[in-house]
Amino acid sequence: MPHKTFFWFIFPTGLAMILFIGLPIVSSFFQSLHIETQQVLMEVENCDPFGCQTNVRVDVEATDKLREENPLGRFNGFGTYLDRNHLAFDEIGEAWNISSSMGEFKDIVLNLPFYKALLFTLTFCFAVTPPVIFLGFIVALSINTLAKSIKGLIVFGTILPMIVTPLIGSLVLFWMIDSQGIIGASIQILFDDPNLSLKASSNLTWITLIIYGIWHNTPFAFVVFYAALQTVPQDPIEAAYIDGASRFQRVRYIVIPHLYPVATFIMLICLMDNFRVFEPIIGFSAEGVAQSLSWMIYQDLRNENKMLFGSAGATSMLTILGIAILLTPVLIRTWKEFRTER
Amino acid sequence: MKKLLIALLFSFVSASAFAGSHSPCGVTNGSINILANEFTTYRIFMDEVKSCAGPDADFNVTHSVDHNKLQVAALSANPAEFSAKLVTNGSITPLMNDGLIRPLDDLVAKYGANLNENQKITIDGKIYAVAFMANAQHLWYRESILNDLGIDVPSTYEEVIAAAEKIKAAGVMPNPYAGAFKSGWNLGQEFVNMYLGHGGEFFKSGSAQPNVNNEKGVAALNVIKKLTELSNPDFLTQDTNAVKEEWESGNVALMHVWNSGAASLLDDEGDQAIKADTRLAPSPSVGGGSKPATTLWWDGIGISTNTSDENAEASFRALVGAASSSELANDNPNATVWLIKGYTPGDTAGPVVDAANRGATPYPSFPHMSLMHGALSSELVEFLQGNESAEKALADVEAAYVAKATEQGFL
Repeated sequence: MPHKTFFWFIFPTGLAMILFIGLPIVSSFFQSLHIETQQVLMEVENCDPFGCQTNVRVDVEATDKLREENPLGRFNGFGTYLDRNHLAFDEIGEAWNISSSMGEFKDIVLNLPFYKALLFTLTFCFAVTPPVIFLGFIVALSINTLAKSIKGLIVFGTILPMIVTPLIGSLVLFWMIDSQGIIGASIQILFDDPNLSLKASSNLTWITLIIYGIWHNTPFAFVVFYAALQTVPQDPIEAAYIDGASRFQRVRYIVIPHLYPVATFIMLICLMDNFRVFEPIIGFSAEGVAQSLSWMIYQDLRNENKMLFGSAGATSMLTILGIAILLTPVLIRTWKEFRTER
Repeated sequence: MKKLLIALLFSFVSASAFAGSHSPCGVTNGSINILANEFTTYRIFMDEVKSCAGPDADFNVTHSVDHNKLQVAALSANPAEFSAKLVTNGSITPLMNDGLIRPLDDLVAKYGANLNENQKITIDGKIYAVAFMANAQHLWYRESILNDLGIDVPSTYEEVIAAAEKIKAAGVMPNPYAGAFKSGWNLGQEFVNMYLGHGGEFFKSGSAQPNVNNEKGVAALNVIKKLTELSNPDFLTQDTNAVKEEWESGNVALMHVWNSGAASLLDDEGDQAIKADTRLAPSPSVGGGSKPATTLWWDGIGISTNTSDENAEASFRALVGAASSSELANDNPNATVWLIKGYTPGDTAGPVVDAANRGATPYPSFPHMSLMHGALSSELVEFLQGNESAEKALADVEAAYVAKATEQGFL
């Protein structure tokens, strides 16, 4: 395609991307460099049904005046990025000095909010993505061999987990794993432990979230694999069949190599999706034991009354950076394949 | 399950206009759009507000357990998304900080003739809210279970723990205690109660510097830890509404929840045997202190700054009509402790009055308290799971608070 044609072809999309993705990112970045103006406090007398007492309140007029002078707030540079709720370099340096062993150092670092969230986010990403690709592939292969008459119905059933809104899906499961719910009660009977609760310990909650993630994401992998399976050329498969190749060998040596680029694509999307895991944490009320980077942004914007735009902006920037780092190896690989194919 | 669903999701109640009737509160024009917390007493109150506004009025109310998180954003917009907000001494400060609710002196002068003096919440000499009920968390117990085991009604948390251990040891129920320990606002509130009960102060005097990492804080956390060990293992996911479900299912013999819970815990739905056995008791003291480990709350009406005067007036007239309706209060005497003129307190008002008499502290109304509460909400979980020490958890609370208070310009 000539460059000029390509430019006009991509222009509408590019414009929309700049307007709706590029500019908001720039604006978030700009906001993340600022913190709120100083609050002016004043002493006042408060009276309520329980009596009168002297208290402090924010002097709204004086604070508004400061705010008008600096609508963005005080410039803080990368201060927000470095504070305890984000990269926390000072705290890590201190932890390095005071801890006597690597284990202790690790404990201190993973107790800091950002690293705690990063650990869960990465664990979720890497625990969910491979099973999703594997299961999606198996399901696609199985359904591909079904008789045409029941295929439609089975395909519909299989993609249901993806159709269900994540929040609703996780809420339904949350009730099912309750100690009085069907899954929770069955597990208690199975392990003969009346106190076993999937919601009580961090490990079990993490496992529950990961299983939910696999359940929710597999249909996506399935749909893509299933579509790709329809493009597998029949000639080599028939030839292999005549040569006496088993079904496993046909899949291993013909289907898988053919679907390889598709698997890379699914991995890319899955990693990106799972890196911003959020709804299941809310649905499973798992905020206490599992925080993700997206949940941190939500928390900053809805943290008991007051929106911390700077903090949320900083976490957003770090999330974007995280996704970029995570996807780099996959992208480099795709690029190399692209070059060799040429 | 149904109540849990309601609590977890936003629920919207709205009424559209029918022609040809009038408004008992004299609402003629302007639209009324109210944001409020979700629990039974508020529903009862809102029914009265709605009928006061009359069938012709453009009336909407949004009940949400997330009202605290929604309010600043919703009322900052101009025009605001809601013309009024039901506020408490906890949730009013963030609105005051940003000047999002308006002084009500002129409206009170016009329409508030039937209000008690103590319903008028004045800050710096101006009325910013009109209170209609008082609330506090206190002890609830199952009389027959305590009687069967020969346990006296506990008056301190040490006795609560002993009683719960005895019930557990007797094999009556595996998790006899319940409290709203859901990580987030509820868990923070449990610490606020327990820390104030130990005589703690959240901030160094005269400043916004945190002051929770001390002996009193550690003692408070240790009591909470013991209580959670006697609670359902899912305690970190249970808010007040979930705890009430547990109670109504007969899984719990002792709990510390809101007085306003009586509206649903003692109604005529569900297992009447459990309800007949449910008793209210004063909030226990803790650690040898004299005052109960609970906080006093008022709930009242706030009107948006960023709404038209017409909407503000309509909303105020409808709300204040309910807030001065002695019929509402006397028809539902046990729904809460009403502050309304002409109200004769019901049987369930005792524990709140008792808490006030024994010197319980009102919930602190510092402008930076919500940031402290937020820090408590998220940093105490690991201690309760046994993954870190109380001192470490409290040091984390202070550090998290300092980072956020700095960003907000309080430090």
